[in-house]
Amino acid sequence: MTGAAKKAAQEPQGDFLLEAREVARVLEGDVPVHLVRGVSLTVKAGDFLAITGPSGSGKSSLLYLLGLLDTPSTGEVFIGGRDASMLNDDARARVRLENLGFIFQFHFLLPEFTALENVMMPMRRLGRLSDREIKARAEKLLTDLGLGDQVKKLPRQMSGGQAQRVAIARALANDPMLILADEPTGNLDTASSRNVQMILKDIAAQGNRAVVAVTHETDFAEKAGRRIHLVDGRIAENA
Amino acid sequence: MRLLAFIALKHLLARKRQSIVSLLGIVIGVAFFLTISSLMQGSEKDFMKRLVDNSPHITVYDEYRTPRKQPLQTLHPDAVIELRHVTPETETRGVRGYRQILDQLQATPGVRASAVLTAQAILSYAGRDISLNLNGMIPSEIRDITTIEDHMTQGGVDDLIANRDGIIVGEGLMKKENLRMGDNITLASSTGQVRTFKIVAAFRTGRANYDETEAFVDIKRVQAMTGRSNRANSIIIKLADPNAALAFSRALEARIGYKSVSWQEASEDLMSTLFIRNLIMYSVVSAVLIVAAFGIYNIISTVVMEKHRDIAILKSMGFQALDIQHIFLVQGALLGIAGCLTGLPLGMALMTALGRVRFKPPGLTDPVNMPLDWSAPQFILAGSFAFAAAVLASYLPARKAAQVQPVDILRGNT
Ligand SMILES: Nc1ncnc2c1ncn2[C@@H]1O[C@H](COP(=O)(O)OP(=O)(O)OP(=O)(O)O)[C@@H](O)[C@H]1O
Ligand SMILES: [Mg+2]
Repeated sequence: MTGAAKKAAQEPQGDFLLEAREVARVLEGDVPVHLVRGVSLTVKAGDFLAITGPSGSGKSSLLYLLGLLDTPSTGEVFIGGRDASMLNDDARARVRLENLGFIFQFHFLLPEFTALENVMMPMRRLGRLSDREIKARAEKLLTDLGLGDQVKKLPRQMSGGQAQRVAIARALANDPMLILADEPTGNLDTASSRNVQMILKDIAAQGNRAVVAVTHETDFAEKAGRRIHLVDGRIAENA
Repeated sequence: MRLLAFIALKHLLARKRQSIVSLLGIVIGVAFFLTISSLMQGSEKDFMKRLVDNSPHITVYDEYRTPRKQPLQTLHPDAVIELRHVTPETETRGVRGYRQILDQLQATPGVRASAVLTAQAILSYAGRDISLNLNGMIPSEIRDITTIEDHMTQGGVDDLIANRDGIIVGEGLMKKENLRMGDNITLASSTGQVRTFKIVAAFRTGRANYDETEAFVDIKRVQAMTGRSNRANSIIIKLADPNAALAFSRALEARIGYKSVSWQEASEDLMSTLFIRNLIMYSVVSAVLIVAAFGIYNIISTVVMEKHRDIAILKSMGFQALDIQHIFLVQGALLGIAGCLTGLPLGMALMTALGRVRFKPPGLTDPVNMPLDWSAPQFILAGSFAFAAAVLASYLPARKAAQVQPVDILRGNT
């Protein structure tokens, strides 16, 4: 890339909260594994993007690249118009802390901490609010998700659906512009699954942030405004 | 940092049993370290105190370290002169001009000095001959220069000042020879002169040999008995600051020429023995703490292994590598601090118990308490060593934790 092209690439990318340009990820080895092959996409505020595809098609791998947990072998990821490929590990962690919220198939709450403490954790790490404000915000997030009476509970004392909602509250803690979810309903019963789907849809509908969710479930994908279908690490369908 | 410490604490509390076991290692290590170290330092200090108090800080002998320079050499310092078969001049024994030297020394602030003429004498009593070390001293100066007054059991130095024909002997000798206060004893010098002394005071230092062989009399009597009037064969010096003895003795020797030996020089071999003893004991107690450190390494490694997923989550949340490293370093530090907080009091309890023990060391006639050093440096040393060991032990696992890549963990989990 020439200096000028590089500079152009770093310029703010319109209103996109997230942009991927020809992102590819190869695991080097005796037999190189192509996880993602040249994916480009854009996400604006208010978007609800579903990523579908068969098992092993590279959905999770793509999500890690979009969430700066992994670095593309080629191509760039822009978060809020900033080229993340230029950033070192600490700076990428900072971007995750301030701008991104992750939800996984399993709630992945820290087992030693109560629901409230789990939700407070990212805010305490960011350190922008006072302890009291952090606690109040965590309580509000949990109450909004219908967990007002669960704040003192440890993850193991909650149902899967409840724990997943705590995880959503945690992802929202620092008011990120982008929520990245990897099969967030994959491990839930139908009722809880529908509940979580609606919550994510609402988050996107508020308009100031975007949700990108990997899912197997067709009814979930249908709720999303946009859908990308991956096959073998490539976008096969973009609707 | 408060958040990281909070997470660290929770991790430890979630594994109470393991944490307590590894804590126990540190507790025992600290207690052991403290006790042994204070015992060693205590006995060393005790020993040094005896050494410094009970002997002169500097002794000036009536001899030279090297043969005196020949006048020819002094005259032509740069000339190539070789003198062969030079026999050192036979001099009358004794420090020449000791009065001037004494006057000079006594005029120096912080310096006390006195002349001594020692001689062997034979005590013939009840048909037996016993060899005694006669310390001829200036009676009024004995107190300044020796600690013998502290060990008096009957009478005192004043009695010697009052009675110039008096003698101060050890309880050991009195017991052995069935002597009493006020008894007259007859001593013979090597020149055959015989004199009678009256026992005016008795001491007991607890060192059996000393108490049986040493005796103090007026220097004039020894001078008369040995036919060396106005002679002293050594000058003994006490300094206000015993640690200055080495430098002072060097300067003194350079000035007066006579061999001046500081207590440090006189006990050089003892010092190196002490040094080796310290080396051995610190190696041993350190080994205890190193074993304890392995315990800490073990539990923190275990926590890190078990927590790979949580580390991945924390990192995906936006925690940086150093945050993660700190979480686990803090765990080591917490164990170290908790280890000190319990280990130091335990060590103090052990020290108190040991301090009550009385025993009779060989060569001493009285039982003594275990000498223990209760000074702050002991506690600081034991505490900081344990803390450092704990933090160091957690360093490797903490670094490993920091290097965990979230994707590696997440890929395996989803
Ligand atoms: N560490 C790895 N080494 C080798 N191959 C890997 C590794 N991680 C993932 N893969 C492979 O890369 C491909 C993409 O994996 P990825 O987890 O992104 O798929 P996915 O679409 O999320 O699948 P699923 O729907 O089952 O979660 C798969 O074929 C997977 O087997
Ligand atoms: Mg997946």
